[in-house]
Amino acid sequence: MTTFDPYAPSRETTEGKVFSVTGGDWDALVQDIGATKEERVVVNMGPQHPSTHGVLRLVLELEGETITEARCGIGYLHTGIEKNMEYRSWTQGTTFVTRMDYLGPLHNETAYCLAVEKLLGITDDVPERASVIRVMMMELNRISSHMVALGTGALELGAMGPMFFAFRDRETVLEIFEMITGLRMNMAYIRPGGVQQDLPEGALTKIRDGVKLMRKNFKDNATLLIGNSIWMKRTQGIGYLDLAGCTTLGITGPVLRSTGMPWDLRKLQPYCGYENYNFDVVTADTCDVYGRFLIRMNELEQSLRIIEQCVNKLEKLEGAPVMVADKKIAWPAQLALGGDGLGNSLDHIRQIMGTSMESLIHHFKLVTEGFHVPAGQAYVAIESPRGELGASIVSDGGTKPYRVHFREPSFNNLQATAAMSEGGMVADIIGAVASIDPVMGGVDR
Amino acid sequence: MGLEEKIPSGFVLTTVEKLAGYMRKNSLWPATFGLACCAIEMMAVGSAAKYDIARFGGEVFRASPRQADLMIVAGRVSNKMAPVLRQIYDQMSAPKWVLAMGACASSGGMFNNYAIVQGVDHVVPVDIYLPGCPPRPEMLLDAILKLHEQISDTKLGVNRAQVIKEVELAALNAKPTHEMKGLLA
Amino acid sequence: MSLNDQAGGMFGAKGTGDTSGYGGLVRQAVNFGSSERPYGSYFDEVADDLERAYPEFSDAIERVVVDRGELTLHVKREKLVEVCMILRDKLKFEMCMGVNGVHYPEQTGREMHAVYPLLSMTKNQRIRLEVSVPDADAHIPSVVEVWAGNNWHERETFDMFGIIFDGHPGLTRILMPDDWEGHPQRKDYSLGGIAVEYKGATTPPPSERRSYK
Repeated sequence: MTTFDPYAPSRETTEGKVFSVTGGDWDALVQDIGATKEERVVVNMGPQHPSTHGVLRLVLELEGETITEARCGIGYLHTGIEKNMEYRSWTQGTTFVTRMDYLGPLHNETAYCLAVEKLLGITDDVPERASVIRVMMMELNRISSHMVALGTGALELGAMGPMFFAFRDRETVLEIFEMITGLRMNMAYIRPGGVQQDLPEGALTKIRDGVKLMRKNFKDNATLLIGNSIWMKRTQGIGYLDLAGCTTLGITGPVLRSTGMPWDLRKLQPYCGYENYNFDVVTADTCDVYGRFLIRMNELEQSLRIIEQCVNKLEKLEGAPVMVADKKIAWPAQLALGGDGLGNSLDHIRQIMGTSMESLIHHFKLVTEGFHVPAGQAYVAIESPRGELGASIVSDGGTKPYRVHFREPSFNNLQATAAMSEGGMVADIIGAVASIDPVMGGVDR
Repeated sequence: MGLEEKIPSGFVLTTVEKLAGYMRKNSLWPATFGLACCAIEMMAVGSAAKYDIARFGGEVFRASPRQADLMIVAGRVSNKMAPVLRQIYDQMSAPKWVLAMGACASSGGMFNNYAIVQGVDHVVPVDIYLPGCPPRPEMLLDAILKLHEQISDTKLGVNRAQVIKEVELAALNAKPTHEMKGLLA
Repeated sequence: MSLNDQAGGMFGAKGTGDTSGYGGLVRQAVNFGSSERPYGSYFDEVADDLERAYPEFSDAIERVVVDRGELTLHVKREKLVEVCMILRDKLKFEMCMGVNGVHYPEQTGREMHAVYPLLSMTKNQRIRLEVSVPDADAHIPSVVEVWAGNNWHERETFDMFGIIFDGHPGLTRILMPDDWEGHPQRKDYSLGGIAVEYKGATTPPPSERRSYK
């Protein structure tokens, strides 16, 4: 045993020597481990790796091709978002929260806004049109997130074709997002009290066309992969995790539903009016990667169903408000389609600058200081594409959050890597991690 | 091309620098260094779906930095990731370029805090910065094309040493930002 | 323990004559008294079941708070693992949605709070457990043996707040680099940004700007 190494300190435990792998001199560390009798190889699938779904570090101890131990190293994308939000107003929190789980930004925003609305006590005052728009945007986001999951999952297992099809369909959704919110990703569209602005002209037609196109295009991926013997060999029986494992590890989402348990918060603890839509909860009972893949493919169809119902509802709710009526909370965005995209509505500017001093003061104070949220704690959970996304918010009565914590599904679900892959082969850990579909921005926040 | 029309056919006249630049820029293979949200837009560029980088020479994203020319740092670089970033950069063989994609890679972006490196130019030398949060795929392609122009104009040999000396002299004599007078003056 | 009283009106500084709005970044304590029975909805059922299954209920539970449709049980840290076992086995709260810490520096003697949201899939119910410990002795028994999924959550809470979970199989830093000093999400740890430089001016980082409270 050499002198104390600050980069790879070790200590004796009941299971033998345990090394803390921190980086630095890899050779010295491996030398120490190599001094044991067994033929163990330690492989570091480092943070930069094409197949680890983001900046995830997997430290694998291999005996031949079999994994004897798998450990995840996370934290390479830790951004301090939660602490940063304590220095910004409640509405600005949306822009931070959106960037946590960057494949499902609208889900992050919804969880946060629902929690803030719970603390404000205006959950019932959020207009119906805003809730319907929220549901529609979330389901579109679910489609785009599952497309990335399928595409990159297939790419990691060696299939390049599905990636192209998946990203092509994702472009359809991103075009719809761009038309409605102005941005393709990280839109900060859902604000406490409602949504930022109403749908522009022609949005509903575009969505309807998009749904038709996607229904046709989803068949491409399905014909490529479902029933494909290579795909099935690589995904069936891999990454097995049954119901007991899921509940003790706190795992939700497609991984839990692949055990046969129909746990979907949209049905069981509905939010944003989800109880008014017809859709099925998709489950599988094989508990493996193939089951989760089938669940994601079928959830795409269910999302399309919900979107169609939303579009029908929105047509009937034409002209309804999209922000809560209480002017002390509603974000005063009066926007109009200008020459260069979006801009401030000239009427609104005329009013606050020209007509009414009180409107100007009100607008100013609302934007700079923000609204006060009564003190208390709230925890709201929604069903994001990866599982249960919970926002735990503490307010001290001020204009800034006192503490915001997100219970990200990927953070929990990644703990299952060891359970899913130890005893299996190296090539299977890729499939297992891809089926968990972790988004490292959410894991590390 | 005036001279080439007067000599027997089969000759093209150019300079070594232009030829080297032409070859380097048209076969610029990116290394996968996707970190966060910008990585998804980078994937949209890399996949042949709508924005295709292969038509500009970036045929395939090499996973191994030893086989790549361009490192697109896409996303926020945390303090934990910075040594890894430097190691990957060092593993690339010259000539190599770095493109800082997005606001977080260029300057720390909206995350001005303890956890994020405020601009990857603290860690690796950057050739081109691309703002946006995240930048559209077309913006990324535009940045790559501007980088292509930069690459096709790089000097070699003695000229390069001179350019480096000039740039260093200019940087040493340049006025620091806090002494410049902007619109607030 | 005082209630945070809300004066009428939305804007304005509270408690001082300063009407500029720039009251500085002042943090206040968040505290509620205990709620009284009946709690409403399914909370009474949960409280009754817990009392029946755990006779030392009043020993272990310091306070029961029902606020905004959520039940919070404030548990003493010595009894935490027992209460969790009973909640999991007898009351069927199979899933724990992780731990997160909150730091209230003004509540001397109870600065560090750890919050455990629990979920029962069989009964479709949610409650929350809260444990308060002093900063000087920030130790909480680990519940990894009850819900294995809390492993990483406890590591994160340790990393961000410095709360040590006794009995955790491997309590190391998880989000920050392993040799980082300090616990970032505590209130006395600065946000650590740098001033943004413009030509002829700088903008201070968000933690040092003057702002509304």
